[in-house]
Amino acid sequence: MTPVIEATGLTKRFGDFTAVDHVSFRVEPGEVFGFLGPNGAGKTTTMRMIQCVSPKTEGSLRVFGMEVEGREAEIKSQIGVVPQENNLDPDFTVYQNLLVYSRYFDLPRPEAEAVIEELLTFVELTEKRDTPIEKLSGGMKRRLILARALVNRPRLLILDEPTVGLDPQARHLIWERLREIRNRGNTIVLTTHYLEEAERLCDRLVIMDRGGILVEGPPRELVKQHAGTHVVEADDTPQVRACLDRLGARYEPMGEILQAYTDTPRDVTRALVGECQLGHVAARPATLEDVFLRLTGRKLRE
Amino acid sequence: MSNPLGLLALPRLTPRVFHVWQRNRDVFVKTYRVNFLPPFLEPILYLLSLGFGVGSFIPEIAGVSYPEFIAPALISITIMNAGFFECTYASYVRMYYQKTYDAIIATPLTIDEVIVGEILWGATRALINTTIMLPVLFLFGVVDLPWAILVIPFAFVAGLLFASIGMCFTALTPGIDTLNLPTFLFITPMFLFSGTFFPLSLLPAPVQYLAVGLLPLTHVVTVIRSLTLGVPATMLPFSLLWLAVATVLLFLFSVNLMKRRLVV
Repeated sequence: MTPVIEATGLTKRFGDFTAVDHVSFRVEPGEVFGFLGPNGAGKTTTMRMIQCVSPKTEGSLRVFGMEVEGREAEIKSQIGVVPQENNLDPDFTVYQNLLVYSRYFDLPRPEAEAVIEELLTFVELTEKRDTPIEKLSGGMKRRLILARALVNRPRLLILDEPTVGLDPQARHLIWERLREIRNRGNTIVLTTHYLEEAERLCDRLVIMDRGGILVEGPPRELVKQHAGTHVVEADDTPQVRACLDRLGARYEPMGEILQAYTDTPRDVTRALVGECQLGHVAARPATLEDVFLRLTGRKLRE
Repeated sequence: MSNPLGLLALPRLTPRVFHVWQRNRDVFVKTYRVNFLPPFLEPILYLLSLGFGVGSFIPEIAGVSYPEFIAPALISITIMNAGFFECTYASYVRMYYQKTYDAIIATPLTIDEVIVGEILWGATRALINTTIMLPVLFLFGVVDLPWAILVIPFAFVAGLLFASIGMCFTALTPGIDTLNLPTFLFITPMFLFSGTFFPLSLLPAPVQYLAVGLLPLTHVVTVIRSLTLGVPATMLPFSLLWLAVATVLLFLFSVNLMKRRLVV
């Protein structure tokens, strides 16, 4: 099957700054594919190139098997976009926002009306149809944007930070809906800072940093490969370091504590407590966050 | 795009341009009460104060009464303001604050189509305001039918020009505050010195040349005055040609300058 997105050596430069540096990836039909990375990693720039709103500098980018340059309108008619920033039209109500948007896709009015009814139910905004945008809560705005992105029944849905700033209820509702969309066979590409979100939703993901892709794979496998199944945390002292060295464990300092990545947490913990006489030791399952921080470092990104 | 000829590149357009126009029309219709009042009231206020007030000291100007002399100027100013302000402040708000353009270009529309749709809407505003104004002026007996009817289609063309000029400034302005500069340095002088409230011939010769060479409103006033008085001005053919060339050039400039700003 033709991949939904296929990037080879994709590059984007802004003057001297290289925002995306020769990245290559494939997104297969029907999968949820995630882009993770700190601020400035190049995720949004990559999304904007896929959406055909930012021209690439170099490399090849095919969406639905079409090289994007020159086929923008055709590609965009089959994509739905949930942007990072809310850009609903404040001059209109909920219903009007969807109707005006459907016109941009040349949807005939009766068809648009039917789709909009369906979508309002899907995102639970039927009661708010005549509400002006400014009266909506953050979660409702996000749901409306999701509905708006679905108005053209897209084959590919692109979400840039879909649940940023939402409370847990609103976030879970969005996740729920995204799973339903996926179960209908649609392809979803999303960027997120929330590692829990990526772990729950993505079939496969890449972690980006400084314009490049560091790793790629299913979240579980990435955790296993780069962090082991468990993380054992202990105070950062020379004795602990010596002890861990003796065990041959991989570890990294994280502030005041050391984190050892292991598939045998029991042995490491027992060794630390038994042989090294340590007070504070904790073991927990490894998460994507461990992989993320290990690969991209702890330094703050502006 | 860095070559100067890039500014003259033709936009790639489809009938989808109309959807951008439709969006603005829908907002306009939603708020029609506020929108219809200014073009209706403004000519009345100006005609009463300037035309019949100041005008009572002026028995005749260029062969006509003072209210008749300024009536076409009032229409021209309305066209200028409608086109220019729609595509400066209003477009800037949609582009920068409301992110309306970002939302639209995520659909099959291109940025070319968004900008052209905005300019067409600016021209439409000029046409709507003129259409509201004309009957008012007719009731005051200061425009001459049937020629004055042609002012309505002409308002759309002149509106295109001022909308394009506005869009050029929107493409170049660093922020919304700096849009005040073209307003004070370009629109206000044009409002006063384009043969609007007194004949151009009263100005010193070099200023006259400047007004004829550089101020679009001069030519719009010439055309509309010819139509509302039913007497073609000597300069009419030149003014029409000047307007045609300027409209085409500035229309192309505005689309390409906006592309430079927005396509990154």
